[in-house]
Amino acid sequence: MMSANQPFDRIVETHGATVLRVVRAVLGPHADADDAWSETFLAALGAWPDLPEDANVEAWLVTIAHRKAIDVVRRRGRHALPVAEVPEPRSAVGPADDGHELWAAVARLPDKQRRSIAYHYLGGLTYAEVATILGGSADAARRAAADGMKKLRSHFRAGEVR
Amino acid sequence: MSETGDIRTLMALGTPDQDHLARLRAGLAARAEAEGILEISYTTIETPVGRLLLAATARGLVRVAYEREGFDAVLEALAARIGPRILRAPQRLVPAIGELEQYFAGSRRAFDLPLDFALSTGFRRHVQAHLPDVAFGHTATYGAIARLVGSPRAYRAVGSACATNPLPVVVPCHRVLRGDGSLGGYVGGVEAKAALLALERAAP
Repeated sequence: MMSANQPFDRIVETHGATVLRVVRAVLGPHADADDAWSETFLAALGAWPDLPEDANVEAWLVTIAHRKAIDVVRRRGRHALPVAEVPEPRSAVGPADDGHELWAAVARLPDKQRRSIAYHYLGGLTYAEVATILGGSADAARRAAADGMKKLRSHFRAGEVR
Repeated sequence: MSETGDIRTLMALGTPDQDHLARLRAGLAARAEAEGILEISYTTIETPVGRLLLAATARGLVRVAYEREGFDAVLEALAARIGPRILRAPQRLVPAIGELEQYFAGSRRAFDLPLDFALSTGFRRHVQAHLPDVAFGHTATYGAIARLVGSPRAYRAVGSACATNPLPVVVPCHRVLRGDGSLGGYVGGVEAKAALLALERAAP
């Protein structure tokens, strides 16, 4: 099929880490997130030639990732992410314990707050785009993200003090 | 800590290491290939004439490119001409990699690979399909190739067919020389052309 779009490999190169950060925030940093990442890029690859050239690729990918993350949860028959299964964090954030605590805090957030944070702060979506995905208004998405960040703040601080 | 700092901490928390991403990308390529939605698989290999990009469709090897052509530009042209569903996926290229390694080691004199001439049309394609008739270790002139394909006066068109060969090395345009015996041009550079001819002369 003819298309003016660039080689898809470059899309994976550019947005691969962002999409993984988003699905990790939503699902936790383990195999479910990896599955959602793979499903996202496989679906995106299939649809890639038809995406309008001027589309916002990152927003498009985050929207697909949102649906795939829901699919993964549904398939596993789970509704919340299992905090106990959070593995040793491989992040650059301070000592390992702090990463673990922060993951657990993210996991404890109400679904809408966690997703609003993931899609807006990590995925780069505007609050209006977040609202399109999650339902409700842009203001509601903004409040959900702000409330979630407030809850996480104490954990950010804890990491800093140590 | 500022909100910007908080966000940075959150981003760092989920940032994958490079090995992890590389594994995910390899898995993606394998699945895309298995499900038949990949239009082009590509990889790069190191050879005595520099790094080469190899690209294949489901029909066969479709492009061999020298680094001087610019791999990014080559991939963009493939996206525009054939399709943008392109991933680095070495699996489909394993046979081509194997035969090229044997060729550069001097132990293979002809390639036995499915080729996809989708990037060539008309007379150029006709000429390129006949280039393997010039055997390993031999050379021919542009005029001789023109006679071989039944268009003895079309030696200039033969020259442009060689210059636009999408499958250098495998389709041996490096064996075609000017009528005066000088090397003529080459997509990989005159040095690469000379190196390939020397390699073939030296092979047992």
